[in-house]
Amino acid sequence: MKTKKSFFRSLLEKDGFKSLITSVACAVIGLLVGFIVLFIVSPSASLQGFKTLSLGFLAVPTKYGLRKEFLANTLTRAAPLIVSGVAILIAYKAGLFNIGASGQFTVGVFAALYMAFVWNAPWYLCMIGAMVFGALYGAIVGALKAFLNVNEVISGIMLNWIGLYLTSMLIKKNSKMWDSIKYETLPLPEKATLPTLGIDKLFNNYKYITIAIFIAIIVAVLFYVILEKTILGYKLKATGYNKYAAKYAGMKEKRNIIIILALSGSLAGLSGALLYLTGIERWYCPTNVPSMGFDGISAAFLGGLSPIGTIFSSLFITHITVGGSRLDTAFYSPEIAKVVTGVIIYLCAFVWFVKNKLNENLNRAKKKLEGLTLESIPKEDSQHSEEEVAE
Amino acid sequence: MSLLIQYTLIFASVLSIVAIGGMFSERSGVINLGLEGCMVMGALAGALVMSYLPESTPGFLLVILTILVSVLSGMLYSLLLAVAAIKFKADQTITGTAMNILAPALATAIVKAITLNTREHKATPYLYYVNAHNHFIINIGTFELNWFIILMVVIVALAFVTLYKTRFGLRLMSCGEHPQASASNGINVIKMRYIGVLISGALAGLGGIAFINSANSSWPFDSGVVGFGFLALAVMIFGKWKPINIFFGAILFSFFRALGATYSGFEFLKNLEINADIYKILPYIVCLVILAISSRNSKAPKAEGIPYDKGMR
Repeated sequence: MKTKKSFFRSLLEKDGFKSLITSVACAVIGLLVGFIVLFIVSPSASLQGFKTLSLGFLAVPTKYGLRKEFLANTLTRAAPLIVSGVAILIAYKAGLFNIGASGQFTVGVFAALYMAFVWNAPWYLCMIGAMVFGALYGAIVGALKAFLNVNEVISGIMLNWIGLYLTSMLIKKNSKMWDSIKYETLPLPEKATLPTLGIDKLFNNYKYITIAIFIAIIVAVLFYVILEKTILGYKLKATGYNKYAAKYAGMKEKRNIIIILALSGSLAGLSGALLYLTGIERWYCPTNVPSMGFDGISAAFLGGLSPIGTIFSSLFITHITVGGSRLDTAFYSPEIAKVVTGVIIYLCAFVWFVKNKLNENLNRAKKKLEGLTLESIPKEDSQHSEEEVAE
Repeated sequence: MSLLIQYTLIFASVLSIVAIGGMFSERSGVINLGLEGCMVMGALAGALVMSYLPESTPGFLLVILTILVSVLSGMLYSLLLAVAAIKFKADQTITGTAMNILAPALATAIVKAITLNTREHKATPYLYYVNAHNHFIINIGTFELNWFIILMVVIVALAFVTLYKTRFGLRLMSCGEHPQASASNGINVIKMRYIGVLISGALAGLGGIAFINSANSSWPFDSGVVGFGFLALAVMIFGKWKPINIFFGAILFSFFRALGATYSGFEFLKNLEINADIYKILPYIVCLVILAISSRNSKAPKAEGIPYDKGMR
């Protein structure tokens, strides 16, 4: 009994585990709010609706391999989200909020499609092109911040719109890319489509599933290693913890800001390539900034700001989005999935508070245990209560 | 030409009202990145009043009711930020972003749920308010203005007086600069910050209804307020967190925005044959350039974005 308890406690003390608990709690509360919304809109259909929403592809009948296709759809759409989430989180670890990821995503899409249609480039070159464009676009935000002290949130948002209109303008003018009758880009050339390596066979020949999901997972793992094991990762986090201390320690703050935002931008650009080079979507020159960059924020925070966590949070978010798209439109709109995600990110903002409370309780429990044997404890305890009063 | 002035004034009214809201929040020490979301919620509530109030409602009453409901709705929505940021010391940037993601989704879900049950059982993100829209218009000579432009002037003046000439305003500003010092002078920092955020929500709600009502008689809620909340934030930063500067910043930005909407009416601009998208980009580029020039010596409230901690020095 005693050993079991201490095992549980040591587990609770691990930071990663705490993140996991809080993220799962956020997701559960988010889904509950989703259910309440469904119930308010239509009480009679709410149970069925909640099932569809929360089970995603699992709610699809297995007939004709349909369920496999929806699973493949979930994986295909999760891939760019994972990369986008990693883009957000590496910037956030360095104390930068890259809300301009959507813009970097957009120019990435442009680069990938331009190279695919106009230069007939193979998929890997299109991908690299997207990363380069995204990186350059992110570097603009970084340079504005480093040299001119422009808040990265505002410049990012301005560049989102600039990128959107520029991309639309350049694509619409180009008859090699634009189908002016269907009002979307032409079908993607075979050469530029990401290879499937036969994975589609596993999913009932669902044609959009490609190596994108593997690329995304590799990127996430790679950045996990970079963050935890390399000097670059150390510098990045040091800047995030205390930029003055980092500067004092001889790190070049301005250069770091630009490098980090370029890195983040390159991932956002890659995210664009991973979505549009599968052929599952065609660019239709939307009038609103694409939401992928913002969804990346959700994925990053729900994933506890860890690249590995982001893989799972992205899969979850895509899962309920696919579920939302299958909601019975006689009663509900697919936006309800987005409401759930919105609530989840809102709750994620409290994570810091929850973790602190958890730590406080743990410490208190620990002190109580030790207090039985040590004399110095009452003093500390009183200090603790003082803190509480102050709160 | 009159159309250009008209559009400039319309956009400026939206931007300055919302930016001044953001200013109150930031002056109290809380960054309200969720202005966009507050605008959407205000717009939604106002549009619902406008489209579902019986047509026989007197115009004046309708205007007052719409504005009141929008203000209240924006205020209520901003409570999400106030509670998270002030009570729970949550990350203000994420909270604001969450509010911006949530609002259009919630608004679309609500509008679709309503239209599904009323309009030929077909879900659309659109609300229509053609009749009500006309009550907001004031014709002065050849100009077609609206109530919000008058409200803008009142709000700018009121904001200036409140901030610099009243005890409340000075106290509010002190909370954004050095809250611990304010507290030592007996100011209730928590209360001040709540008031700051709620004012921003109220004004953003008003700005929301001003935006969707000024040039349109219907609005698709799935497109939110197409980034105007963020533009207002940029205008606020450009205006160095000062009401009068914000007003002029809003006018400048709106001019370029209005140019994009009306350039085809000018012979010499039309002859240049510049792509329409260039005009759309122009205001954002102008905004970026201005920010680049003016951000060097930022006058941002020193304590903004930092949760208030009594024990900190």
